[in-house]
Amino acid sequence: MLLAGPNGAGKTTLLRLCAGLLPLRAGTGEVLGVDLATGRKRIRRAIALVGHETFCYDDLTVLENVRFAARAAGCEPGVGEAALERVGLKRVANVAHGRLSQGQRRRLALANAIARAPRLLLLDEPHAGLDEEGRAVLEAVVAEAPQHDCTVMIASHELELARRLVTREVEIIAGQVHPLPAAAPAPRPEVRV
Amino acid sequence: MSFLREAALVAGKDLRIERRSRVALQQIVPFAAIVVLLLAFALDSDSTMLPRAAPGLFWAAIFLATVLAVGRSFGVEEANRARDGLRMSGLDGGSIFVGKAVAVAVELFLLEVVVGIAVVVLYDVTVRGVLVLVCAAFAATIALAATGTVYGVLAGGLRARETLVPLLVLPAVMPVMLGATRAFQAALDNAPGDAWPWVQLLAVFAVLVCAAGVVAFGPLLEET
Repeated sequence: MLLAGPNGAGKTTLLRLCAGLLPLRAGTGEVLGVDLATGRKRIRRAIALVGHETFCYDDLTVLENVRFAARAAGCEPGVGEAALERVGLKRVANVAHGRLSQGQRRRLALANAIARAPRLLLLDEPHAGLDEEGRAVLEAVVAEAPQHDCTVMIASHELELARRLVTREVEIIAGQVHPLPAAAPAPRPEVRV
Repeated sequence: MSFLREAALVAGKDLRIERRSRVALQQIVPFAAIVVLLLAFALDSDSTMLPRAAPGLFWAAIFLATVLAVGRSFGVEEANRARDGLRMSGLDGGSIFVGKAVAVAVELFLLEVVVGIAVVVLYDVTVRGVLVLVCAAFAATIALAATGTVYGVLAGGLRARETLVPLLVLPAVMPVMLGATRAFQAALDNAPGDAWPWVQLLAVFAVLVCAAGVVAFGPLLEET
């Protein structure tokens, strides 16, 4: 699903709310069948968020960062390595996060997210800072998500790119969600990584 | 994953970061050594004063280093919003507390060895009562690391955390500073019988702070 809307509309806030990082101060909300007012910590294991920041440690290597994320989520050994392979970062596995380019950092954040095998993947401006190869990786991850029983919610300003990945779209204006008419699933381009 | 495995995961991560960045080795240890050296210069006009004041000066240096170590422990969580990653990780708040406190304690133990040697050499201290010294240092270090970790997370999300942590921690660790200094003083005076009650006080304090930290760290991580 795509969240569209102007700057300051509340897209990032909504994603952080869905991730259980922000408390629900008014109204009601449910994510994966769990009430956000009472169970936001319980749903975190089932959710991954790729935001503007990577949530990584500069002094740890790419591999150490993804292993930490995977082990913290209770995943089997080897899951982190597989996630790195999937996003094409295996060749820089022993490079510290602090020495990565912006695009590589975004890919590492994506690897950390998929290593957790989430049921809900939240992507905030996922195309930002990614080169063509990185965008292909991102599209592949989103395209394969349903096979892993995973829903993807994307907040983006790059609507043309984002619309290629989604089957639903809603617009947020001043914190209010306005669903757009359901569109037929857009044909997905063939993606090779 | 069990509580202890989660704690070990967090402690391992923090210690690996410190080993890699060498902040503890290149900044905190020299800082503590300089504090000990400066205090030696400040008091060396009275040669009898230094050995008597050594326990208090030792623990003052360790306290200042604790503030730096705790600040560093939570500073790495602020970069790249790693703190949010910890919250999202699904790790139990109590196990994160234990892991971070253990990592700080390990750094402080290593620091105490270096500072202890510096104190013995510079302050002309004769070491006696090694067992009680080690027990007091162990309990006091756990208490300092645990207290620092609780207040570190409290100030972690604030811009003024560098100045706030020492302000919050110092009053809270007064009993530790007092108990550790008195225990060391008694041990060095070859009166271990007088030291053990202080060691017991330190142990009780350490247990209470650890228990409070396990319970409170999760909510503090969420709310600050």
